[in-house]
Amino acid sequence: MEHRIYLDHSATTPVRREVVEEIMPFLTEQGGNPSSRHKEGRIAKTAFEKAREKVAAAINAEPKEITFNSCATEGNNTVLKGYMSGLRGNIRKNHIIITSVEHPSIFNTAKSLEKDGFEVTFLPVDTKGALDLEILKNSIKENTGLISVMMVNNETGNIYPVEEIARIAKEKNILFHVDAVQAIGKIPVDVKKIGCDFLTISAHKFYGLKGTGALYTKWGKWVAPMISGGHQEKGRRPGTENVVGVIGMGRAIELAVSELDEESRRLKALRDHLEKRILNEIPYTRIVGDPENRVPTITNISFRFIEGESIQLKLDNDGIAVSTGSACSSGTLEPSHVIAAMKVDPEEAHSSIRFSLGKSSNLKDIEYTVERVKKIVEQLRSFSPVYDKFISENETGGNR
Amino acid sequence: MNYTEKVMDHFLNPRNIGKIEDADAVAEIGNATCGDIIKLYLKITSDGVIENITFQTFGCGAAIATSSMTTEMVKGKTIDEALEITREQVADELGGLPANKMHCSNLAADALHKAIKEYKAKNGIK
Repeated sequence: MEHRIYLDHSATTPVRREVVEEIMPFLTEQGGNPSSRHKEGRIAKTAFEKAREKVAAAINAEPKEITFNSCATEGNNTVLKGYMSGLRGNIRKNHIIITSVEHPSIFNTAKSLEKDGFEVTFLPVDTKGALDLEILKNSIKENTGLISVMMVNNETGNIYPVEEIARIAKEKNILFHVDAVQAIGKIPVDVKKIGCDFLTISAHKFYGLKGTGALYTKWGKWVAPMISGGHQEKGRRPGTENVVGVIGMGRAIELAVSELDEESRRLKALRDHLEKRILNEIPYTRIVGDPENRVPTITNISFRFIEGESIQLKLDNDGIAVSTGSACSSGTLEPSHVIAAMKVDPEEAHSSIRFSLGKSSNLKDIEYTVERVKKIVEQLRSFSPVYDKFISENETGGNR
Repeated sequence: MNYTEKVMDHFLNPRNIGKIEDADAVAEIGNATCGDIIKLYLKITSDGVIENITFQTFGCGAAIATSSMTTEMVKGKTIDEALEITREQVADELGGLPANKMHCSNLAADALHKAIKEYKAKNGIK
């Protein structure tokens, strides 16, 4: 098989071997429904509940506080829409606060609630993507009922101060949801330490299966379920359980947490090396986001004067998978709202590439990636009208 | 929205890149906000034949491939023949483009028309 260098772990991760081994019996001999009372059902139920305990333990929650669902998009929708529909016309608490750099599953859900007549505040960020908590405090009003903030940004890797935000929310008696999708396995996630009411995670970001997510709901808190049906997940998320996905998620999160210290140290060294070489050896490059406040696995770098999709395509052709914030690579051609919120100028916004490292990353592949990136950037700049114009206007040249 | 083999060939091995210092016609189209800028340089003989054409492009794979293909299509043609070339023909020659790339990243034909019209105006050709 062709050797591929996968540097897009923030998009998704491959399923790890230990997870495949864990789920194999449930793909072959064991096909029971956890709701059934017979032996087949009991075997499925036992394994399923064991997985719930593992997921709960990984984020310092109680098993009864974990509801399994299909993905983080579902979890995020459930909290926002479920909160709003749970108000049942109680418009005294119809204002929610999110940030302008949330994942589309929060951002667009909030936009759709806004269209339905609810009030939404989108908190601005500075040019590094950081929040100003004074602005957050000043945005809180009499009718504010829910705040939702991501723990780690998926495009920049920036870490947000969810513990401080939880304290602010608690003081004002406001519910607080954390989208922790990009945090599991990268930094510790402890719902008690954070002090949040809801927290969303997704298995395929930490070497589990796609189509499996979980929502933590602090005991005693509630949002209206999105769908109606049977008694599964205490009615919070009806529908026959995703037995295989959840069992895999239990194993995946257990491993992610136990390996966190060592793996994040290893990946930080590799990420820093990749980043240092690119910044030192390729002029007119810079880090998008806050270099001092990021998860160890992501770097988002802009390569001025050339466009992200063309860099990404050429890397792909050379066997390297990355992603880009350029509008031109997305289905919609909409520019990334995250990069736009950071007020990066449009030409530079089109030139950003996200490298996200993971289990398969190693030094040899990172060195090879740097060499390819150097060649590709040089080639694309050689016929970029923007680069040509810049060089002829700044004959002295040099890195900025 | 995958690119065809032909698009990938022109993207990975772009033809006629660079600039012509003593070009007879030059035109730039697009802007950084939408993510594509295409600049064409033409060398035109006294009897109106495009003897050389090069491009500089800031843009995605489709923008680079359509620029490259356009230069190949018009080299050796007269300026009037070149004016007949449309965006659709460029896309067809490449075996098609993803639907969402047809408008924003297929600007080379527009740049070509702009260059020739300005050349005609400058030289009093109707």
